[in-house]
Amino acid sequence: MGHSYEKSKKVAYKVITILAVITIFEVLFALLGKGYIVEGFHINGAIMALAMIVMSLVKAYLIVYEFMHMKYEMPGLVKTVLLPTGLLIWAVIAFFYEGNDWKNRRTLIKDKNSETIETIVTPRVNMTKKITTDH
Amino acid sequence: MADTVAHHSETDEQLWSGGKQPFKISYGKLMMWYFLLSDAFTFAGFLIAYGTLRMSSPTWPVPDFVFSAFPGGIHHKPLLFVTVMTFILLASSFTMVRAVQEGHQENKNGVVFWMVLTIIGGMAFLGSQAWEWTTLIKGEHVSVTQNPFSAHTEYGTYLEGDGHDIKAGDTFVPGDSYLIHKHDGHWGNLPYQVTDAEGNKVNGDDGKPLIKQQAFGPKAFGALFFFITGFHGFHVLSGVIFLIIICVNAATGLYVERRNGYEMVEKIGLYWHFVDLVWVFVFLVFYLI
Repeated sequence: MGHSYEKSKKVAYKVITILAVITIFEVLFALLGKGYIVEGFHINGAIMALAMIVMSLVKAYLIVYEFMHMKYEMPGLVKTVLLPTGLLIWAVIAFFYEGNDWKNRRTLIKDKNSETIETIVTPRVNMTKKITTDH
Repeated sequence: MADTVAHHSETDEQLWSGGKQPFKISYGKLMMWYFLLSDAFTFAGFLIAYGTLRMSSPTWPVPDFVFSAFPGGIHHKPLLFVTVMTFILLASSFTMVRAVQEGHQENKNGVVFWMVLTIIGGMAFLGSQAWEWTTLIKGEHVSVTQNPFSAHTEYGTYLEGDGHDIKAGDTFVPGDSYLIHKHDGHWGNLPYQVTDAEGNKVNGDDGKPLIKQQAFGPKAFGALFFFITGFHGFHVLSGVIFLIIICVNAATGLYVERRNGYEMVEKIGLYWHFVDLVWVFVFLVFYLI
């Protein structure tokens, strides 16, 4: 493992403390931003979301690198796991962009869906006759 | 042809000759990593679907209003219960780390002790989730196809409240989430008089008071919530089952003979941390944002 039992025990205690502190901070920040702690005080939603995402990614890093020992694995293994996961970044951006666009065009989509199309039906008398006589 | 073969044998030492583990990790642990990678994509797909539908919706239930109940009849404590759940899972992740460390020391009793604590943590989390689901289904009437939590989009007044001390004539703030309960014995949309920002009644085009229907919130909320937290809960459940199996095996001394530093404990440890990792993101999208 490359490091002693006592040292890794210490690291585990340190990491769980950091994870706990970040979680408490996240919850307090969420409540503060929505005006639960200071009356009438609000934080912009986009800033809140960004801060929450950054804090969650720090937590994810600590869990994967320290608890799951990714830090001590071969670089090849790390790449085979993390590079495919990186593709998700684009998936998130693309789908959220699409979702937002869907919201913006909601009225247009609704109108388009309720549109009725007039179709001119040409009666095919000869064809029908032929089929019926065949039977 | 012979030249090429000779040339190859010269550089043989630089090539992988087999018989060694290229990533210096056992087959079992490597495959656990790749299983978790695929599982991460499954969860990512669900969470991205949640995000997309939420982005596409003009209103969305506000989480600190939806998740504000606490056992013992306590209400209006936003995010408190779910924070407790998060801490239970974090604690069980820590006890798992300790079990793996004791395994490296070949300390049988240490492994069993910390694994038992991990199992208790996992069960406590499942129990908490069961309580949370029960509260939402029985108390708030959220289901896979019904979401009574609606976010108000314009100034307006309900003719009937939601049972949380909201009376007729109360004004609601746009963007905030409200719970719409039974109205005249029926589950349904409530009519309300539209008012402007000062609370004056607004008339429609026909000169009569403008009455609108306050619709239920987006249906997708309930379906996404129960499906994603349910899928995560199912992972916790299967994790607990495998933890019990491996804990019993460790206690009976099965892994002592293997002399591989309790590798089975390491493998279930990877899985258990992954469950905690997924919860970090479920917590983020459902409760924090």
